[in-house]
Amino acid sequence: MANINLASEGGVVNSAPQSDSHEFDATKTRTQGQLVLGRFLRHRLAMVSLGVFIVLVLFAFLGPFIWTYDFEDVSSKSYQPMSGAHPLGTTQVGKDMLALLMRGTAYSLQIALIVAALATAIGVIFGALAGYLRGFVDTALMRLVDLLLIIPQIAVAAIVVKGFSGSWYVVALVLASFAWMQIARITRGETLSLAQREFIEAARACGASTPRIIFKHLVPNMIGSITVNATLAIASAVLTEAALSFLGLGVQPPDTSLGVIVLENYGQFLNRPWLFWGPFIVLVSLSLAVNFIGDGLRDAFDPRQTKVRA
Amino acid sequence: MIRYIIRRLLISIPILLIGSFACYVLVATAGNPLAEMRFRPNVTEADIKAAEISLGLDKPVVVRYWNWLTDFMSGDWGQSIALGQAKTAVFPAVTDALWTTGRLVIGAELLALTLGVSVGVLAAVRQYSIFDYLATSTAFLMFSMPIFCVAVIVKNYGIQFNNVLESMGLERWLTTAGPRPGGFSGSFGDVIFKYTGTFLLPTIALMLISFAAYSRFERASMLEILHSDFVRTARAKGISQSRVIFRHAFRNALIPVATLFSLNFGAVLSGAIITETVFGWAGMGTLLVSSVRQFDPPMLMGWLAVTATLIVLFNLVADIVYGILDPRIRLG
Repeated sequence: MANINLASEGGVVNSAPQSDSHEFDATKTRTQGQLVLGRFLRHRLAMVSLGVFIVLVLFAFLGPFIWTYDFEDVSSKSYQPMSGAHPLGTTQVGKDMLALLMRGTAYSLQIALIVAALATAIGVIFGALAGYLRGFVDTALMRLVDLLLIIPQIAVAAIVVKGFSGSWYVVALVLASFAWMQIARITRGETLSLAQREFIEAARACGASTPRIIFKHLVPNMIGSITVNATLAIASAVLTEAALSFLGLGVQPPDTSLGVIVLENYGQFLNRPWLFWGPFIVLVSLSLAVNFIGDGLRDAFDPRQTKVRA
Repeated sequence: MIRYIIRRLLISIPILLIGSFACYVLVATAGNPLAEMRFRPNVTEADIKAAEISLGLDKPVVVRYWNWLTDFMSGDWGQSIALGQAKTAVFPAVTDALWTTGRLVIGAELLALTLGVSVGVLAAVRQYSIFDYLATSTAFLMFSMPIFCVAVIVKNYGIQFNNVLESMGLERWLTTAGPRPGGFSGSFGDVIFKYTGTFLLPTIALMLISFAAYSRFERASMLEILHSDFVRTARAKGISQSRVIFRHAFRNALIPVATLFSLNFGAVLSGAIITETVFGWAGMGTLLVSSVRQFDPPMLMGWLAVTATLIVLFNLVADIVYGILDPRIRLG
């Protein structure tokens, strides 16, 4: 499982910067946030994806209250075909596939959101500290990243899950402990250049403490790339978790996730294809939607790159 | 250059040492390899104690690590302690697995690179054409695709293809169980038939996945170069379009992709875990999965050591390739 660093793709710049200013009423001042939000709301693909994402969240967390079957209910017959009572059929042990999918989506979402939140928090703090303080802290951090990079993530995740437990939060913690590096590198790089600017010098001259400079001055100036990368971290966490669980090394039953559902049912691909395509479509639309939202956010934060999607 | 390589190799020794120690501690704390012994009939506490002592589990972790390290350096990688493995030696098991993975991965990665680079260059040169939109959206889709689903789909359509062949009265061509240990035998045509049948499906699955990354990367870097000043200068001098693209732009656009390829290759060598699992290849990936399932510390340590070394090595290769392709970068 190649952990490819594609962060540098963000550097692709269409040479002609376009100005959005003519679209706005020049007499009214808008904050940076309003500008970004406006651009994001007008990004059609991102809005559609946001819709899909919200539908999936509702499906996962509200669905179980509406749907008649429970995901633990094994009272139905084994391997029922698609019907009105079971729109996606039933599994081998007689669980309703739709109910199972709701539960799996909920778990996959929970894991992905926790991974992204933790990874972003750790990555931003470490990255900003290393970039701002330089010297020893920077060297130590970069060596740590070097060290973690040579140990295959999937191996460590598998060993930890095997050794401790396959609960979903253990999987989330392990994935987060690898996902922060990417964000730390990006934050560090931006901090290195931001820290040379006059306003940081001014803040330091005023006697601002290091935490204050980092959280009040540096982080707000990097909010764009932090948000974008947090979104992309969600997408990659969804896929990594599913892959681990598919190998039987991630979330363990009785907990479930989209990867576990695919693992349990992919043997039926030829005879009962709906058992495979159901979780597959949910998984792909989840990861596509989050990726497109990230794309839209990137365009919104940095309109110069709008035309190039690489 | 030589001095740079030597220095980098020397730097990677402490990194590997610390990394292997971290792995050892992780593996040692993650579980007790003798846990399953308790559930077997006719096993007394004394037997477990004896096994513990014979495996050295009664000593502190640091001592065990030191013993493992010195053994490892002298070529004794230990033997598997998992049930039913009949004390398989670790070294041949890992090298066999590496050889199996290597055969699969080298071809697939090279094909993916060639295809990805060609598509990426074409998409960049004809930016905003139908071809570009098709290539970009395919790459984006593949990138958001769960790898294991791609492998499962490829495998099952392969099986269906076989069924079609059979119904037409032909021999089943594609196999989904990995290469046979004895190699391929028979007439020349037979060997080709079996060889392609074994390699085709996993190669397609691996290619689809890597192709997305390479084509996205190549397109991005090619676009950046095509918009740079020296390309405009070349055009202004009246150099033909193909010369501009191949002589000026293409060669420069290859640099980041070459780096990505070297890094990716090291990572994939440590196991195309999912492709191997789905297609039943006994490579590095399946070795990891089975050693984790059976909890086999000596095998895990052998695997981790080889993988970490490979990654360090290919990181170095990536830097060297970068230095060769781009003389502006001074190594040292």
